[in-house]
Amino acid sequence: MPATFTRHPVEIERKDTGIGGKPPLDRRPTGGGGDGDNWENRPSGRRGPRELLTRYRLLVIFALAGDLMFFVALVSAFFVRQSAGHFDARENYISDWHPLAVPPILWLNTAVLLLSSVTAEIARRQLFREIDVMEEWLGLGRPAVKRAAPWLVATLALGALFLAGQWIAWKQLVAAGFTYSSPDPSSHFFYLITGTHGLHLLLGILALAGALIGLFTLRRIELRQIVVDCTAWYWHTMGIFWLFLFGLLVFFQ
Amino acid sequence: MSRLLTTSHRRLGVLYLYLSLAAVTTGTLLSLLMRIHRVWPDAPLPFYGVLKPEDYLALVTMHGTLMIFFVLTVAPQSGFANLVMPAQIGARQMAFPRLNAAAFWLAVAAFLILIAAFFVPQGAPISGWTSYPPLSAIPAAGPGQGAGMDLWLASIGVFCLSAWLSAVNMLVTILSERCPGMTWSRLPMTVWAWLVTSILTLLVFTVLLAAILLLFSDRHFGSSFFVPVGDLINGRVVGRGDGSPLLWLHLFWFFGHPEVYIAVLPGMGLATSLFANFARRGVRGYRVMAAMLVAIGLLGLVVWGHHMFVSGMNPYAGTAFALTTMAIAVPSTVEVLGWLTLLSRGGLRLQTPMLFALGFLSFFIAGGLTGPILAQPALDAYLHNTFFVVAHFHLVMAMAGVFSIFAGIYYWYPLLTGRLMNEALGKLHFWISVIAAYGTFLPMHLSGLAGEPRHYDRLTGPATSFASIVANERGITFSALLLAGAQLLFLWNLIHSARRGRPAPQNPWQATTLEWAPENQNFRVNCGPYEYEIASGQEKFLPQWEAASKQE
Repeated sequence: MPATFTRHPVEIERKDTGIGGKPPLDRRPTGGGGDGDNWENRPSGRRGPRELLTRYRLLVIFALAGDLMFFVALVSAFFVRQSAGHFDARENYISDWHPLAVPPILWLNTAVLLLSSVTAEIARRQLFREIDVMEEWLGLGRPAVKRAAPWLVATLALGALFLAGQWIAWKQLVAAGFTYSSPDPSSHFFYLITGTHGLHLLLGILALAGALIGLFTLRRIELRQIVVDCTAWYWHTMGIFWLFLFGLLVFFQ
Repeated sequence: MSRLLTTSHRRLGVLYLYLSLAAVTTGTLLSLLMRIHRVWPDAPLPFYGVLKPEDYLALVTMHGTLMIFFVLTVAPQSGFANLVMPAQIGARQMAFPRLNAAAFWLAVAAFLILIAAFFVPQGAPISGWTSYPPLSAIPAAGPGQGAGMDLWLASIGVFCLSAWLSAVNMLVTILSERCPGMTWSRLPMTVWAWLVTSILTLLVFTVLLAAILLLFSDRHFGSSFFVPVGDLINGRVVGRGDGSPLLWLHLFWFFGHPEVYIAVLPGMGLATSLFANFARRGVRGYRVMAAMLVAIGLLGLVVWGHHMFVSGMNPYAGTAFALTTMAIAVPSTVEVLGWLTLLSRGGLRLQTPMLFALGFLSFFIAGGLTGPILAQPALDAYLHNTFFVVAHFHLVMAMAGVFSIFAGIYYWYPLLTGRLMNEALGKLHFWISVIAAYGTFLPMHLSGLAGEPRHYDRLTGPATSFASIVANERGITFSALLLAGAQLLFLWNLIHSARRGRPAPQNPWQATTLEWAPENQNFRVNCGPYEYEIASGQEKFLPQWEAASKQE
């Protein structure tokens, strides 16, 4: 068996002495929480109050980056399909795209969704008020939870209201004769875009319900922060996505 | 059962490799059926009878889908990364172990759904792994395009979700779980590769998911995203609106081309590590090599149109895509030159993992050289959809990818079993494989230059006559049989060495990266990943974990 390594204390020459300028290579931050404390000796996930939060935020950001590409693909398909057409026997360029006037209730829905984003943000900030967090940390009660819960419930209610509004919009369109199986590509896109976005919001509502349950059942304040924080960021992103998608449906038909 | 419901990344990595093994075995058997059918088209198969032309197309489709998704994506990206990536960055586990397990089981579900396509009425889909509409959009367009195609779409949709979850997990792990001292410039090149492939996965698989959703809607809900007006199938007009098959091509290849890099970049990272290790030399220009991996990934996102030169796309767009495609030769060449610099001073330790890494390099160059030829619209107009293209991507992606997988398995086998694989058998496996692989895929260039199209099930007959290349094709078939037979050596080596192999020392290859570190150590990394020229005690290499003990 070859001796693969030795334990001789060999002094490694550092490229950078660390005096002035950048910190030496082995002291630069790595994301692993190597900030000089002994946290790195603790099990992963308990190295400081923000480690888990950062990790879950990254999860949400990356997952939503992928999700963004899903909607980018739908939107580019929208534009390609819009410009598609064919030449008839007399060399006239004919397109089967008929712009769809969106039901006016969508404006109301948009306002509701924006409002829900505001309430979600208020709920999120309650979990990060230092005094309240400190109190919860010390076990002196749960002021942050008490403050955040009603705002989360409000977000949930507004989200449900938005979905109900979308449902009404679909009903109105169906009543006007635009179903998914009608040959009009613009109505396909309307249903596809509002449908996939609605599905995302449905997941968001489930996440909100989960966050509400977690708010009362999770024992560590960090975890309570995480469930609310991640749900809120997801919710905001869906709001922003909707603004773009709504703008597409209204102004770019 | 608890071994199956595991959330341990190493166990999941092994399970991923088993999944790949199942897929590669099936896919290889399908390709052998194809090869035999091409040379003896009228020979009846046992238990089946004579293959019909549509059966041949079904074989092509399932072979491609299995190999691309479940072998070349799953094994290097999910399998190896789960196996060693957390260890290489000094993390105890993945950032989200349960998410990781969920991604794995989704991949298994996707595999089972795909295999189920063989057993539904009319059998597997026939529209190729690219599933171009309108063939794929109309259930009546051919046998297998009904239930089989639906299962194909479901399978790939589930696979997209799996890849997405797995990539998110991997990115968070690389970003937030590195041990103290593991800065960006100390990451092993494999981790750089997995970082880039994870970003690519994140950006392209959801686009494929959207495309699949649109295609599914075309098939079942009466929309017309991809079916052109007046489209005639079996004498019936099925075109409902001004849909465009080109739209599918764009969406599909926006996924499909980065997918190629997802398959081959981990191999490039692994080859860099192995070359440095077995040449006992540091990687020259580490930063450039890492930057070129990133550059290949980014450029890979803007070259998809070179698959579509003859599709009726705007010729100006073709020119633009030709330029970006040829631009990708630059970072690829830098990588190759970096490897050659590393190797050129000799003194190589030619053990089995190194041989396979060299095989990877050989195929990467041999297949890469035809890349700039196919990247030119004028030449591609002739070569498109011929066996020239088949030869190109089987060398540069399939063989290079598979050889890097072999290199990884021979290299990391001691980590899993504590034993080394048999060297003599490994070398025999390498030499037969490399000769048979060239024997299989080099002559395909000639068939392609003779004009042989990709999807014809027979060479001679009332409609076609390629009698002059039958001899060439026969040689390819014999070579392919030899290539597949050589893999039995590998399988036997794999099983036999797990029990009877030579026990491996703790760091059998004298490697420097952290996956070979002794268990249960808290790391503070103080040096780069490829310090093979620094003396440390009596040894002339400095493992990344070694400096940790200096601090106390």
